[in-house]
Amino acid sequence: MTGKTLTLRLKVWRQDGPRAAGRFEEYDLPGISVDMSFLEMLDVLNERLNADGHEPVAFEHDCREGICGSCSLMINGMAHGPQKGTATCQLHMRHYRDGDEIVIEPWRSSAFPIIKDLVVDRAPFDAIIQAGGYISAPAGSAPDANSVPIPKEASDSAMDAAQCIGCGACVAACPNGAANLFTSAKLAHLNLLPQGQAERYSRTVAMVDTMEDHFGSCTNHGECEAACPKEISIDFIALMNRDYVKAQLFNRRLAGQRR
Amino acid sequence: MATATAPAKRKRELPWPITFYRSAVGKKWVMAISGVVGLGFVVVHMIGNLKLYLSREEINLYGEALREFPKHLLPRTVFLWITRVVLVLALAVHVHAAASLTRMNARARPRNQQYQSPRDYQVANYASRTMRWTGIIVLLFIGFHLLDLTWGGGGADFERGDAYNNLVRSFDRPLVAAVYVVANLALGVHLFHGVWSMFQSLGVNNPRINKARKRFAQSVAAIIVIGNISFPIAVQAGWVDEACVGTEHGEPCEPSGLKF
Ligand code: FES
Repeated sequence: MTGKTLTLRLKVWRQDGPRAAGRFEEYDLPGISVDMSFLEMLDVLNERLNADGHEPVAFEHDCREGICGSCSLMINGMAHGPQKGTATCQLHMRHYRDGDEIVIEPWRSSAFPIIKDLVVDRAPFDAIIQAGGYISAPAGSAPDANSVPIPKEASDSAMDAAQCIGCGACVAACPNGAANLFTSAKLAHLNLLPQGQAERYSRTVAMVDTMEDHFGSCTNHGECEAACPKEISIDFIALMNRDYVKAQLFNRRLAGQRR
Repeated sequence: MATATAPAKRKRELPWPITFYRSAVGKKWVMAISGVVGLGFVVVHMIGNLKLYLSREEINLYGEALREFPKHLLPRTVFLWITRVVLVLALAVHVHAAASLTRMNARARPRNQQYQSPRDYQVANYASRTMRWTGIIVLLFIGFHLLDLTWGGGGADFERGDAYNNLVRSFDRPLVAAVYVVANLALGVHLFHGVWSMFQSLGVNNPRINKARKRFAQSVAAIIVIGNISFPIAVQAGWVDEACVGTEHGEPCEPSGLKF
C-alpha cells in the first residue's frame, strides 16, 4: 500500500427502473486509495450511501478479473475507461489524480435497455449466440487430443476471437450501436476451426440476421476495436462480411447446407 | 380418427438478391460496389479534364471521343448512355442503402438512448463521422454540376459541345468556382473514409495489404481533390482563358490552354 489517497468527484447516472427518467447525481468521494480498482471505488461509494441511508448505485460485476464481461461502464465517455485493453474491473484508481471528476454512465443502445442505474439488459447477445454460436457434434467421451490437426495460425486466430467476453463495449462505443465486433468474434472462433466448418455458412447467416434484428449497422469507424477490453480486431468483421456474402451468393448446397 | 399434422408451410423465400440486399451487411457490400463504380468515374473524369491544360481543341476532341467510343463497334453515344445508366443506378442504390442504414442506426440509438455526457471518441475521425453530410453535399453538387456543364442551365453562356469554353465561362464566376472547390473538398473527405471502408465491407482484409489500404485511400482522395480543385483555381487565377471563337474580325487572340 502506498497510502496515497484521492478525493474524487463522481457524476453517476441514477435511474430507478427501466421506465423511470434518469438523472446524474454528484458525489464527493474522499479517501480513495490509488491501489483500489474502479469497482472497489464504487463499493466504497455504496458503503457510504448505505451508511447514510441512501440507495446504493446498482452496477454489474462478477469475476472482477476481466473474464466474465459483466462489468460495463461508460467512464468519461469511454467504454471501460481510459486504459486500452482493460475491462472496468481491471482498471485501477492510480490512473486518476486527486480532484478528478469522473462521469459514469451505463451502456446506451436500444438493444440494451437500462434495468437500473448502471445495469443494462444484454439479452440480445444471447439471442445471437442461440442463433448459431455453437457446433453440432455428437456428445460422448472426449475425443483424443490432437485427433483433429489444426494449423497453429488458425488456432491462434480462433483464440484471438474467442477472447471476447461479451461485455458489450463494442455496441456501447459504436456511434451506430452496432454489434458487428461481438458477432464477428463469436463467428470467427468457430468458423476458423475444422469443427466449425459444417455449419459455417448457415451459422453466419443466422447470427448476422439475428444481430441485425437488434442492433445498428457497421460504418467502419473502428471505435469498437479501440474500446474492446480484449482488443479484438475489426479484421474479424471483414471476415464475417466475406462469409456472409459467400453464404448469400454462392451455392451453399455444395457446402452441404440448406439453400 | 387418425390425425396428421401437415408439415408447416415453408415461408416462401424471396429471391436471393432481395434477401441479400435486405441485410445490412449486404447493403454495405452494395454500397462498396457502387462506390467503386463511382470512384472509377471520378478518376476518369478528373484525368479527362486535365486536357483543359492542353488546349481547347484537345479537351473538346476528348469530349467528342467519349460520344463516339468505341467508334464503329456501336452507334454513336450508345456506350455513353450505357455508362450513364450504370452510373445513375449505382448512385441510386448507394444513396438508398445509405439512407436505409442511417434509419437503422438511428433506431439502434434513438434520442432517448443517447449518451448524456460527452463521448470521447478514440479513433472515429472527422471523415467517418461526416459521411452522410459529405455525401449529401456531393449529391447536391452532382445536380448542380450536371445543370451547369451538361445541360447548360447553370447561368453561364453555354454552347453544347464546347466543353472548354463552357468550363472556363462557368469557373470565371468566383462564387461558382468556390462551390466547385468546397464540393470537391467534401468529395475528398467522403472518398478518404469510403475507399478505406470499401475494403472492410467487401471483406478484403489481409495483413499484407492492411496498412496499404489507408494509404491508398489517402492518396486517392488527395489526387482527386488536387486535380479537381485545380480547374476552378486555374481559371480564377487567370492561367486558363476563354478561347476566342470566331476571330473573323482579325482581332489578336491568345492561344487557349495553360498559358505557360
Ligand atoms: S467483472 Fe468480470 S470482466 Fe469485469
